[in-house]
Amino acid sequence: MIPLVSAAGLTKHYAITGGAFLRRQTSALRAVDGVDLDIMPGETLGLVGESGCGKSTLGRTLIRLIEPTDGTILFDGADITALDMKAMRPKRRTMQIIFQDPYGALNPRMSVEDIIMEPLAIHGAKGDAATRALVADMLRLVGLPQRAASRFPHEFSGGQRQRVGIARALALKPRFVVCDEPVSALDVSVQAQIVNLLQDLQAELGLTYLFIAHDLSVVKHISDRVAVMYLGKIVEIADKRTIYAAPQHPYTQALIAAVPVLRPQDRGRGRRTRLAGDIPSALNPPAGCRFHTRCPHVMPICLTLEPLLRTTAAGHKVACHLTESPEETHKWKRK
Amino acid sequence: MDSGPAELEFDAEIPFTREHPAWATLKRLFHHRLFLFGLGLFGIILLAAALAPWIAPVDPTKLAMRFKFRPPGADFAFGTDNFGRSLWSRVIWGAQLSVIIGFSVVALNAVFGTLIGALAGYFRTLDNGLMRVNDALMAFPAILLAIGITAVLGPSMLDAILALAIVYIPRTARIVRSSVIVLREMEYVQAAVAAGAGHWRILRRHILPNAMAPLIVQLSFLFAYAVLSEATLSFLGLGAVPPTPTWGNIMAEGRQYMIEAPWIITIPGIALMITVMGLNLLGDGLRDVLDPRLRIQQ
Amino acid sequence: MSLLELRGLTTAFQTARGEISAIEDISFELNAGEILGIVGESGSGKSVTALTIMGLLPQPPARIAAGSVRFAGEELTTASPNRMEKIRGAGISMVFQEPMTSLNPVFTIGEQIMETVRAHERMSTSGQRERAIEMLDRVGIPSATKRLNDYPHQLSGGQRQRVMIAMSLACRPKLLIADEPTTALDVTIQAQVLDLLMDLRDELGMAIMIITHNMGVIAEVADRVLVMYAGRIVEQSPAADLFDAPQHPYTKGLLACVPTLQQDRHRLIAIPGSLPEPARRPPGCRFASRCTYRIEACGTAIPPLVMQREDRAVACIRADELVAS
Repeated sequence: MIPLVSAAGLTKHYAITGGAFLRRQTSALRAVDGVDLDIMPGETLGLVGESGCGKSTLGRTLIRLIEPTDGTILFDGADITALDMKAMRPKRRTMQIIFQDPYGALNPRMSVEDIIMEPLAIHGAKGDAATRALVADMLRLVGLPQRAASRFPHEFSGGQRQRVGIARALALKPRFVVCDEPVSALDVSVQAQIVNLLQDLQAELGLTYLFIAHDLSVVKHISDRVAVMYLGKIVEIADKRTIYAAPQHPYTQALIAAVPVLRPQDRGRGRRTRLAGDIPSALNPPAGCRFHTRCPHVMPICLTLEPLLRTTAAGHKVACHLTESPEETHKWKRK
Repeated sequence: MDSGPAELEFDAEIPFTREHPAWATLKRLFHHRLFLFGLGLFGIILLAAALAPWIAPVDPTKLAMRFKFRPPGADFAFGTDNFGRSLWSRVIWGAQLSVIIGFSVVALNAVFGTLIGALAGYFRTLDNGLMRVNDALMAFPAILLAIGITAVLGPSMLDAILALAIVYIPRTARIVRSSVIVLREMEYVQAAVAAGAGHWRILRRHILPNAMAPLIVQLSFLFAYAVLSEATLSFLGLGAVPPTPTWGNIMAEGRQYMIEAPWIITIPGIALMITVMGLNLLGDGLRDVLDPRLRIQQ
Repeated sequence: MSLLELRGLTTAFQTARGEISAIEDISFELNAGEILGIVGESGSGKSVTALTIMGLLPQPPARIAAGSVRFAGEELTTASPNRMEKIRGAGISMVFQEPMTSLNPVFTIGEQIMETVRAHERMSTSGQRERAIEMLDRVGIPSATKRLNDYPHQLSGGQRQRVMIAMSLACRPKLLIADEPTTALDVTIQAQVLDLLMDLRDELGMAIMIITHNMGVIAEVADRVLVMYAGRIVEQSPAADLFDAPQHPYTKGLLACVPTLQQDRHRLIAIPGSLPEPARRPPGCRFASRCTYRIEACGTAIPPLVMQREDRAVACIRADELVAS
């Protein structure tokens, strides 16, 4: 089975220009720096990381909403990296995106029906009864009443707007959907509704998801595999059970330890693995391993040589010098 | 799917107003006191301009020396000038001219300012070039540039309109460009790109409709500037040629007779003041109602 | 006597649709050295409660319609604006969610901390500087003496939040109110800031009121918890008991719908529907429209907050029978 989406050496640098007149490039913001990734059909790949790690940029670059600076993207085996706008258009039917902010993701001047119809219209549909029936189907699919069609975004709550966004993304029946923090801006009780909805839709329509989020608990719930990003690079990737039960990268371990446990009786247990310091700026990432400035197990080699993403077990890849020397591998178990 | 209960609760949640955002804005506008007052003031001028052939039947250019320098009174509502012409006629017909010029300048700005601003804001490659030319034009003080252009083209109403349009389009373009730059990054625009929308569609459906608010506010103030600038130009002899009455040239002629017949210069001045004040209040009201809403939504 | 005591506090706002109460009948106590967590979603009124205590709501359009707020024995709802200014910063301090907008971008952080000290204590400039350095040290900002001259934009989000905390502690208040202090922060930074709050409570014996929508934060730091919904308190309990055996259907719903790392849930049990509009609240229990346990009687009157034990209270008429089942 070939991956549905495949990225090799994917890079996105933003040039920072300086100077008064000539605007030379003085440095680069390395949002995504050489990412290799495979997403298999039907799976949900979770992508976690903190601010500045580039997860959102990676998601958008994969569907060419942001143009990559380097690397290749394959969709269903075909190279889509350099296709022009015209050639990309038919491909766009197959890949869509759901955004984080339910308030900025819908055009305030368009009715819900127009919003959902637009992707269809872009690909040639007329505003006739057949198209309207399709829109009605989408509303049903996402759990909105038919009355919603003639309303405008400002008349809905955050969760309902998010449903409209989902309906719009699925109108073209895509195969791959990038979910860019789809529940982070919603109240907790509404988050659960939308997470359930996304899972149901995946089962019903055979979708493949890239689920980007900073909330590890939600990611663990919905994903099959999880990739962890730090400052533009993937540092660990494994199936969800392994990554939470036996993470190997120190950053993943710290991330998991930082998640509050919903049992006050167990309070204080995570304290020993608290990360010190702040996240470095993506403008000037540390040399060698980017995590070395905060790593509790830093070694001399970490300051000079960047570790590559290597397979340490079946389906488990880690980018860390620790895993390369068995004697020094730190054993970490979840109690 | 648990969409069932969610659907049942829909009724209890949000009042369905079935309202296009534009209607809500319009309703709020008509509750805004300053806006209504400004609209009233400007409305008087507009009405006067529209009804000129009926309320000022006397030919404003007709000389009648026997009536010269009559003060405002029973026979001549606004008095007469040094040629015996009815000031009432001249001011009313002058209003028509001012309104026509104002609308023309605003219309040209709306079209070309939006075009340039949208192109500069949306296509990064065009931005630098367009904006440098823009900035060069903006560097000249508006009135001086207008004077320069009309001096070259010769005094006439059409040239005044053209000059004023050229002077103000850069400023309008800047405003549209700012909106477009912000809107370009909005996620609903990104969604359209992801669906395969072309540039034209994105501009037409997503960006321009949402860029209207600051533009409309700017245009209402622009009307006032245009009327005022035109008065200045014709005061200096660069606008419509006498005997065609404009407030500016009426005031220019009336300057010499400020002592004997102060009404000649004063009344057009008051008319100008009413127009500009009305438009400014209108613009303030529009800004109050349009801009904060847009900020909240965005 | 408890440090902070609220009785029947009700705050209402003048809106285009008439006067609407944002919070109703809020009563609770907070003692020195205690960490009280107030949890609720948007529209629950948790921030309004904090702002009412601090006297930071502009009095029109807001209005304290009923109730009292007693701090160290003194009534705050009727205190003069001058008196409230003296209390804010020195008696009760507040930390907000967005550190970037809470810090003035044109002043150095040293200057801002010193300003707080100046407002409440008579101290020489060098004394103020020393206090500022001491506070920055306390909150874990390295090279405090040098950092004094930094501007807010030169610091990261986590550091700015620490500076906010330093500012709020500069005059050694007895009570710290933290309104969503970690919501805008990454999870590893959140962990650091929460640890800091707990350490400060242990060292200074301060009381902390922490407001959040995140159950995890509550689990990490709170001693006692108040659960708010649609402007009212629906449950009050020690933290451990709340998570072990929640009594109000809303609390149960919240805990059931949050995924955790420890458990594997096939499906999240979502709470259907959403919050009723404040202007169109139904009579009776405000949660009824979303409650799986509702009965006819729930729609008739707002259930009162009833003490189950000395330290637990629930506002649900079916609480007893639901516990038993």
